[in-house]
Amino acid sequence: MSPTEWAAVGLTLRLALVSTVILMLLGTPLAWWLSRRRGLHIAFIEALVALPLVLPPTVLGFYLLIALAPDALPGQVWQQLTGDQLAFSFSALVIGSVIYSLPFVVQPLQQAFRAVPASSLAAAATLGATPADQFRSVVLPLCRRSLLVAAALGFAHTVGEFGVVLMIGGNIPGETQVLSIALYDHVEAMDYGSAHRLALGLVLFSLTLLVLLYRDRGWRLGR
Amino acid sequence: MAPGSMSELQLSIHHRAGDFTLQAAQTLPLQGVTALFGPSGSGKTTVLDAIAGQRDDLDSVELTVDGQCWQSATHCVPPWRRGIGYVFQDARLFPHLDVAGNLAYAEQRAFGTAPSRSEVSQWLGITELQSRPVQSLSAGQQQRVAIARALLRGPRLLLLDEPLANLDRSAASECLACLQRVARESATPMIYVSHQIEEVCAIADHLVMLDHGRVTACGPLLELASSLDTQLAMEDNAAALLDVEVGEQDAQYGLTELRVAEQSLWVSATSVRQRLRRLRIPARDVSICREPPVSSSILNVLPVTITDIRDLGPAHCLLRLGLQEQFLLARITRRSRDQLALREGDKVYAQIKSTALLGDEGP
Repeated sequence: MSPTEWAAVGLTLRLALVSTVILMLLGTPLAWWLSRRRGLHIAFIEALVALPLVLPPTVLGFYLLIALAPDALPGQVWQQLTGDQLAFSFSALVIGSVIYSLPFVVQPLQQAFRAVPASSLAAAATLGATPADQFRSVVLPLCRRSLLVAAALGFAHTVGEFGVVLMIGGNIPGETQVLSIALYDHVEAMDYGSAHRLALGLVLFSLTLLVLLYRDRGWRLGR
Repeated sequence: MAPGSMSELQLSIHHRAGDFTLQAAQTLPLQGVTALFGPSGSGKTTVLDAIAGQRDDLDSVELTVDGQCWQSATHCVPPWRRGIGYVFQDARLFPHLDVAGNLAYAEQRAFGTAPSRSEVSQWLGITELQSRPVQSLSAGQQQRVAIARALLRGPRLLLLDEPLANLDRSAASECLACLQRVARESATPMIYVSHQIEEVCAIADHLVMLDHGRVTACGPLLELASSLDTQLAMEDNAAALLDVEVGEQDAQYGLTELRVAEQSLWVSATSVRQRLRRLRIPARDVSICREPPVSSSILNVLPVTITDIRDLGPAHCLLRLGLQEQFLLARITRRSRDQLALREGDKVYAQIKSTALLGDEGP
């Protein structure tokens, strides 16, 4: 593989890792909050979170591109704070990935959290556990498999992302050129040999990850 | 709180749900076991949940424990800071922890000083189960672990919501024997919700009777059990309770002597362990003679004084019989009463056909 391709591999993994960490930190409390409430405003927030599932990535990418531009408010605030331009940067890729992969993290967690019986939490409360303690000592251990699934799906989905990245990151080798875009470049250049190598690599990676995830599916809540 | 001083819980609760109204203002002693007794739907569990802080939908709750306000219109101590232990109908053990892990969960969050884990495990017969996953336990074992867990929190008050309701007969009687041991050995006051009078008689010191959301009677259990004024006396299975002292054993005939009011009763039991026991004598198993019977197969005859007579419908009447400080109940026909010309204040002989020690674990 060429140095540019290796750079694309490194960048893709770094992007997926950083995005997954942020996704878990944001998605876990969001999913918990959504799982314990009902109502129209909750449905609206759930729909917002699910939007990337149904929208073409280019739509999301287009709006993000506008929002992150130096003359838009978010882009300006970022530039004031960090001194760097946001559009076409690694940070922009992270922001795009987090929004794009959010439903893959929030939905499995929300389902798992809903399955935690309120009676277990009531029992924990009578044993002296504060709500934060109940979450840490009862909810998280009961949902540890779903947490793993959510993180793995978020990671895998970020690795496989294309449209959003193309719109907001451009195609700067070593800076914003991720694997899927490098693959696109090879196809554009009619370099099918290199395209095969990357495509097959991505297929094998995703397949391995999913097999590992589904391997011990027999593990269920409370078993 | 100084040791030995009487502490109490004051509860005033009002709640309407549909055509059910719960209205109770009650002071409960925080000592020994207080039973909340009544039929299903009488509001017992709601009262218990209000004490535990598990219900935030009740119209009004005012709760003071040991002079400390737990709940009022403007103030509410959250459940995790109330220092209670709660034993639910379903054990609610944490499935991701084994038995020892469940017990440790309570120890790590202990409210007061709890007895040691080995001691509590011994009371509840769960010493051998420590490393077992909770899914492998029987319902009875799970409930005993749940009781141990609640005790290891070192609660100032232990609440039990029909803890035997989901158990089969033998598991329930085993669990009840464990609870009697806990009541005897630990200083933790308990509030025990049940609709089974036998259970209540076996364990409670104090009784609060609820019906349709109202308190119908309250007082020491032994007094209420032999009172003719409560609904209990009108029931078919009305029975008096006697606190007795265990005396000699008659190994040849498999009998044990129980002393009450300087008299002896013999029950078929051997190797009775504790010195003080409680005896439940059903009113329908007690008959009355004017003279001490001679050559009768009935073993237990006690001289008593009739203190009260109450009609129970057209055929029967209920007698309350004084035996020094304690009382027996006898259900006889009105015809017998008139033939023997029984009147309040008469000294007669009570023949007791059958008796049972409460909460026996068997051989």
